[in-house]
Amino acid sequence: MTAFLALVARDLRLALRQGSDAALVVAFFVLAVMLFPFGVGPEPQLLARIAAGVVWVTALLAALLSLDRLFQQDYEDGCLEAIALAPLPLEAAVLAKCLAHWLTTGLPLVAVAPALAALLQLDAGGYLPLVFAMALGTPSLSLVGAVGAALSLGARRAGVLLSLLVLPLYIPVLIFGVAAVEQAVAGFAIRPYLSILTAFLVAALPLAPWAAAAALRPALE
Amino acid sequence: MQRFANPGRFMRLSGKIMPWCGAGAAITFALGLYWALFVAPPDYQQGEAVRIMFVHVPAAWMASFVYAFLALASAVALIWRHALADIAAQAAAPLGAGFTLLCLITGSLWGEPMWGTWWVWDARLTSVLVLFFLYVGYIALVNGFDDPTRGARAGAVLALVGVVNLPIIKFSVDWWNTLHQPASVFRLGGPTIDKSMLAPLLIMAVAFTLYFAAVLMLRMRTAILASRVRTARLGEMEPMAESRGGQQAAGSVG
Repeated sequence: MTAFLALVARDLRLALRQGSDAALVVAFFVLAVMLFPFGVGPEPQLLARIAAGVVWVTALLAALLSLDRLFQQDYEDGCLEAIALAPLPLEAAVLAKCLAHWLTTGLPLVAVAPALAALLQLDAGGYLPLVFAMALGTPSLSLVGAVGAALSLGARRAGVLLSLLVLPLYIPVLIFGVAAVEQAVAGFAIRPYLSILTAFLVAALPLAPWAAAAALRPALE
Repeated sequence: MQRFANPGRFMRLSGKIMPWCGAGAAITFALGLYWALFVAPPDYQQGEAVRIMFVHVPAAWMASFVYAFLALASAVALIWRHALADIAAQAAAPLGAGFTLLCLITGSLWGEPMWGTWWVWDARLTSVLVLFFLYVGYIALVNGFDDPTRGARAGAVLALVGVVNLPIIKFSVDWWNTLHQPASVFRLGGPTIDKSMLAPLLIMAVAFTLYFAAVLMLRMRTAILASRVRTARLGEMEPMAESRGGQQAAGSVG
């Protein structure tokens, strides 16, 4: 457990001292959402109709954008091999890195999302469901993304490959994340959608680190 | 199972089985297509357009079946490190992608007259589209590395991760009530489809399966022969490299 926490603390420190990474992801998120009023026109009804989808899709892309730094840097400077050699199981190490990744990218996205939803004229009843849905959905994005990042580690054109691998697997989170917000705006219960998002997270928590560790091992040989 | 993992034994066996599969596929395709396109009755609601089903449904079955095969071969490759399982998985992937694409295209052609639209974002259609992207991602990942064994192992892990999509495809029509009709052949309580259509459908399914088996074996044999050629070429180059090295050493001494 101390090793696990030490790894989380190390990744957090690295992310905070280098600073720009989390800020860049949020900046991308804001900018990409801002493009939509220019693209589809500024009518409030239209924007309110697509707000939940736009925020979720751009959050997905922002999360995707940040995935390559999950293992890439440690892989290049050899830290990843040291982590793999440590007594901490590689699966737990992956989980620690996912946690740090979510704290530095997922959490800021969740924090900014209501402000962007307000810019897009989302109905006020949708703010809280959006935050809940994103708080439950973005950890799954980090976990599933870790599998893709581990698989494409060291590949040619790893960035393009990563999006090809990860985006299809993100679709369920997107569907139920958007549905939660839209149902809330329409006045229906959001509990079933939040339950499904929680189920994804609970399934991804043990399975994704396991798959990612299986994908990392050949990369370290 | 393990006995067939020997490439030499596989080459001998597949050399004998493959022509039979190929001939069987040709015969069942001819019979099935004739039956489906000329003998089977038109549907009382859909008219002649129902004949698209005889290609669409077997293609959809094969799309899922080939993925299950790909995942199984990947699991065998990861657990027992059989080179042949990797070759089988890589040989199956483009075939599965082809079946999935065929299923999507025929479904789209069928949807236009029946539903009045080429595409709807229905759960079944979307999950099959995701299946197609899983195949494409697998192929891209396997070919994305300079070291082929690394690509094979990464691809095997991806194939196993993607298995979560198979039950979603199978049950999507039961979980979400949308445009795509629910299962009518493999269901509890027997098929709801009439015998006059079921028979040609099953023949077409056999034809698709035999075609897959024949082309899979052909692709696996090609891959094994290609690796043998590569090994032989490398073997030829080694003495050349040695003799050149020897000359240089002699030159430097002289």
